[in-house]
Amino acid sequence: MLKALRWFVVSAGLLSLVLSGTALAAPPIKIGALFSITGGASFLGEPERNTAEMVVKQINAAGGIKGRELQLITYDTQGDATKAVQAATKLIKEDKVSAIIGPSITGDTMAIIPIVEKAQIPLISCAAGIKITEPVKKWVFKTAQNDSLAVAKIYDYLQKQRKISRVAILTVSDSFGSSGREQLVKQAKSFGIQIVSDDTYGPKDTDMTAQLTKLRGGKAQAIICWGTNPGPAVVARNVKQLGLRIPLFMSHGVSSKKFIELAGDAANGIILPSGHVIVANLLPKSDKQKKSLMAFTNSYKKLYGTEGDHFGGHAWDAVMLLKGAIERGGDSPAAIRDELEKTRNFSGIGGIFNFSPSDHAGLTIDAFELVEVKNKKWALVK
Amino acid sequence: MDPFEEIIQYALSGLSNGAIYALIGYGFATIYSSTGIINFAQGEFVMLGGMLMMFLLTVASVPFLPAVFLAIAVSTAVGLAFERLAIRPLGNAAPLRLIIITIGASIFIRGAAMLIWGKDTHAIPAFTGSEPLYIFGATILPQHLWIFAITVLILIASKLFFNYSIAGKAMRACSFNRQAACLVGIDVRKMVLFSFMISSAVGSMAGIIIAPLTMTSYDVGVMLGIKGFCAAIIGGMGTGAGTIIGGLLLGLLEAFGAGLISASYKDAIAFIILLLILFIRPQGIFGSAEIDRV
Repeated sequence: MLKALRWFVVSAGLLSLVLSGTALAAPPIKIGALFSITGGASFLGEPERNTAEMVVKQINAAGGIKGRELQLITYDTQGDATKAVQAATKLIKEDKVSAIIGPSITGDTMAIIPIVEKAQIPLISCAAGIKITEPVKKWVFKTAQNDSLAVAKIYDYLQKQRKISRVAILTVSDSFGSSGREQLVKQAKSFGIQIVSDDTYGPKDTDMTAQLTKLRGGKAQAIICWGTNPGPAVVARNVKQLGLRIPLFMSHGVSSKKFIELAGDAANGIILPSGHVIVANLLPKSDKQKKSLMAFTNSYKKLYGTEGDHFGGHAWDAVMLLKGAIERGGDSPAAIRDELEKTRNFSGIGGIFNFSPSDHAGLTIDAFELVEVKNKKWALVK
Repeated sequence: MDPFEEIIQYALSGLSNGAIYALIGYGFATIYSSTGIINFAQGEFVMLGGMLMMFLLTVASVPFLPAVFLAIAVSTAVGLAFERLAIRPLGNAAPLRLIIITIGASIFIRGAAMLIWGKDTHAIPAFTGSEPLYIFGATILPQHLWIFAITVLILIASKLFFNYSIAGKAMRACSFNRQAACLVGIDVRKMVLFSFMISSAVGSMAGIIIAPLTMTSYDVGVMLGIKGFCAAIIGGMGTGAGTIIGGLLLGLLEAFGAGLISASYKDAIAFIILLLILFIRPQGIFGSAEIDRV
């Protein structure tokens, strides 16, 4: 019995030597990914996961980074901060990744920031909340456009093009909506805009006529709704049902075909700030992002059969930013962080990124384009 | 707009949501009265109705009317299978055990729907047009009229069924006294099966008529189920007018609460009513102290 056991140990030892020997030849660069693949924010996590897998495959097929393969280790946070913390700890302690991309939502990201800061692992979040990179945290970057930019884009248009000064805001009562609401309230004054009605709805609500009825015949000249599908589609339908004749604005949270599909006829005339991806084919050839955008949308469509959206784009940007940083400085977490911070003029999906020690979000208001739904299609607002 | 129009608008919104809550609550009450079980999978049948409609109309391209009947038939079959596979094998288990099984079933059905149809929300075309109608300055959609009409129809049909058909009378007998019903030769188990089929059919009908308004996804059943449960509790878990009034009342309170106080408290209103009723009048506003369960 003992003898057999000894043989087993020896052979297992030998086997592991052989295996590690082959692995030593070209150890893959491990990258962790945390996305909310299931749960309420799966509309973010799923395209992000798909995109990250697609990009990593493409990089490896093209010979990896300096001859080394990328290995993507993905965990599902289910949009739950506790699970995000567990998964982040596992990525760092057990999988020993060099960097982490994700999580998909602001809540999850805020929960794991203390962990990556302590472990000194670079994190490129795919969530939009402004507090992720403000104030700047040494190890934390993000690719999703700040809500502050989206708000500024709408307000700027209201002020300059429409001469509108009184708006009603209707925001969803989750982290996306409350972060948007905070920015809407905060920036109103600097654009000479007065918020005459400030209401909310629940993420699962299916009827917002009560909130909108109050606006009929009221002082508001425009409605700004801040949320992610399906709530805003219900708002659009309810606005049509109630016969409200003031313009309706939405957030970048619904800049996907799905929104037009859900809102149907009620989507027509709605204006929203969006990343460039949904209007990639409308952009002029001279546009700096056009090449990345077309590469992303075409390969996504080929692989998954549906259009790549800007949510997937956040993951595309995160992986490509990492690729650039590793190519320049190697795969140690500290080197990746330093190189990320030095990234300039990176034309991604979300915009043109310029990171610096004082800016880990890297985008300007130009990352957004105002688009209008016309005949169930996107059109650029001039 | 003037306050009068505003009030009418809240009332119409409230009544149409309330009608849906009432139908879902009716499903709860039907099963409760014949088995003593609170079927927490009730909301999932509402989801099934809507999702099956979406699937039949958009993927399988079935015409509208056959799609309605098919969606109800499939949901009813799921209800039947649920009773046969998960409820009946336990024999005379305590209601609490069965209730926990229904929670398990709801998770199972929801998960299966997610795997089959994905996690996206889907829109379904309205039955007849989507141009709003004006009533005293307030607006409703043609779909709202469908909701009212179908709710009334189901109510009348159930009244006739429970009061005049043999099967309906037998089900009522079971709810009054199972043993006595058994002694006079009523097949109690068959009646339990019936009640599951009826409630899943009514639930899926609710899902079908509400989906064009609210859209549907694999997880809509949870909240709708809770609202329906609340309606049934207000009505004292009876299949009569109580549950219907309970549903309408809940819908109205939600709409007026959201409109006049704050929309943030909309869901809280349902839960507060639920708790108040359970504390103060556990037999429901309309129930007598000795529950008349049909």
